[in-house]
Amino acid sequence: MAIFLTKESKVIVQGMTGSEGQKHTRRMLASGTNIVGGVNPRKAGTTVDFDGTEVPVFGGVKEAIEATGADVTVIFVPEKFTKSAVIEAIDAEIPLAVVITEGIAVHDTASFWAHAGAKGNKTRIIGPNCPGLITPGQSNAGIIPADITKPGRIGLVSKSGTLTYQMMYELRDIGFSTCVGIGGDPVIGTTHIDALKAFEADPDTDLIVMIGEIGGDAEERAADFVKANVSKPVVGYVAGFTAPEGKTMGHAGAIVSGSSGTAQAKKEALEAAGVKVGKTPSETARLARELLGG
Amino acid sequence: MDLFEYQARDLFAKHDVPVLAGEVIDTPEAAREVAERLGGRAVVKAQVKTGGRGKAGGVKLAADPADAVEKAGQILGMDIKGHVVHKVMLAQTADIAEEYYVSFLLDRTNRTFLAMASVEGGVDIEEVAATKPEALAKVPVDAIEGVTEAKAREIVEAARFPAELADQIVVALQRLWDVFVKEDALLVEVNPLVKTAEGKVIALDGKVSLDANAEFRQPDHGALEDKAAADPLEAAAKAKGLNYVKLDGQVGIIGNGAGLVMSTLDVVAYAGEKHSGVKPANFLDIGGGASAEVMANGLEIILGDPDVKSVFVNVFGGITACDAVANGIVQALELLKSKGEDVSKPLVVRLDGNNAEVGRKILTDANHPLVEQVDTMDGAADRAAELAAK
Repeated sequence: MAIFLTKESKVIVQGMTGSEGQKHTRRMLASGTNIVGGVNPRKAGTTVDFDGTEVPVFGGVKEAIEATGADVTVIFVPEKFTKSAVIEAIDAEIPLAVVITEGIAVHDTASFWAHAGAKGNKTRIIGPNCPGLITPGQSNAGIIPADITKPGRIGLVSKSGTLTYQMMYELRDIGFSTCVGIGGDPVIGTTHIDALKAFEADPDTDLIVMIGEIGGDAEERAADFVKANVSKPVVGYVAGFTAPEGKTMGHAGAIVSGSSGTAQAKKEALEAAGVKVGKTPSETARLARELLGG
Repeated sequence: MDLFEYQARDLFAKHDVPVLAGEVIDTPEAAREVAERLGGRAVVKAQVKTGGRGKAGGVKLAADPADAVEKAGQILGMDIKGHVVHKVMLAQTADIAEEYYVSFLLDRTNRTFLAMASVEGGVDIEEVAATKPEALAKVPVDAIEGVTEAKAREIVEAARFPAELADQIVVALQRLWDVFVKEDALLVEVNPLVKTAEGKVIALDGKVSLDANAEFRQPDHGALEDKAAADPLEAAAKAKGLNYVKLDGQVGIIGNGAGLVMSTLDVVAYAGEKHSGVKPANFLDIGGGASAEVMANGLEIILGDPDVKSVFVNVFGGITACDAVANGIVQALELLKSKGEDVSKPLVVRLDGNNAEVGRKILTDANHPLVEQVDTMDGAADRAAELAAK
């Protein structure tokens, strides 16, 4: 089953003809993703050859869906044009839009998020500024390396890209149902809570690992959600215990302002909800192993 | 990017928010001419990016131009909570009858914008929020619809602003919203928004924070940056496009990806507890493409920090291949040596992920006397802390 993405998913790529888009489309195809098309209004009607696989280019998301039955779009377009690309995907009512682009202005994200709401939230948005998601052995929508781990029964949701990879690596012998990188920007589409809800309902997931970092209160709210709604074991990790107040650490969202949003506050909230929280990625992996009985 | 008060005032004026005339200066002598232009009397206000300057003596009333020179002289150079005053703003005076509060900001939790407003302005608004939450109105603002006249009236009513000021505040709110949207601000705050004795509404003091991600459509914003205040290493790193933050420890950190680097700082700090309390010296994310040049730039910044005693290079190769990273390290050390840099601090390297074995072999074969490899993140952090404590 997995969550959000399966081997049945038909994936299109907005920005497929750009350099990042081409590089990652090739990688996604190599890891078994069913890529059915790309979108670029200036190259509509052409095809792009990826090591022998011809992928058609469509003028718009709507046309691509009509022609291929696509139900997932992965967006690589540059930050200046991301807002209109996401709005196009929402207007075409594609069920899942994965926004990889980083460095998007907050007003742009807030505005496409409001647009999704106004259109009845028919499109699940993951990201922006995220590595996407992978259901190992089935499909890969984004930039997560497919060869770190194998299919298994752990669900992973994470704000950070490289920490996602690190955790997949630590637990590579057990394997994962789905790994979702939700991104660390101040405004994101899919949240920890959305992923926790989906993993709780997924019969192929036995344990959930959630990775957070400083900034905002998403982890605290996720803790409340776990307490009330999640019966499966949850293991957590929070990065940024030593981050100084008021300094931005890479991600636009990774900033501590005042007393809320600190790693300590998040850890305490998660532990109060019964989540086992590791001090380091390796300790977090050990806690997951213990809970899985191995 | 947080702005100084005078920069916020300028942006307010640009979007027709009612403000008082004011000019910024950086020498006491310059105060005379400005005070004359402002009509003699003026308020002299320290320009620092911290609160509580009034209590610290950073705001003074000058009776005439000569007094303005004296007051500016007293305030310039003052240290307010660790911020040295390099500039003061001279502003027109006003007879204040009432002080209010308004702001626009991002509500992360609800993923929308928020207006906050209160008739209890002029004081620390966090204090009002904590002690009298009913006095602080919070009104969600849709990112697409924005602050229409109807929305502005809703805010005025929620905050219970006096009816006779409603029309003026409605206009001020719509113009402040223009500042928020057109300038790509993350925060626009006016505290206080005042009612003068003549019944006019004026934004007396403002705080604006701008979104660095919007620089592509905000060509004027780069000039607002306070380059003098930046740490010299941070400024050098920024010039090279590196994401670097100086901290106060001894273990230099280089890694790929913000989350992994933050996690590395934590792991080094824990390891430091066993090694005379050494701590991470910096945050440095080299991002996805760890070319030799990027690695050399990063190492150069870190080795240039006199506080650094050892360096921990922590890379998980996702898209980045570890052999490229290893080649980058070897070439970076050669490059720095050829530039005459002092390369004498030990490097602990941990490579995992994409092509890790090839990368490790490259470093083993290079057999550089300063480079040591450790297999795990925890082990490498421990070794780097141990070396820094020596």
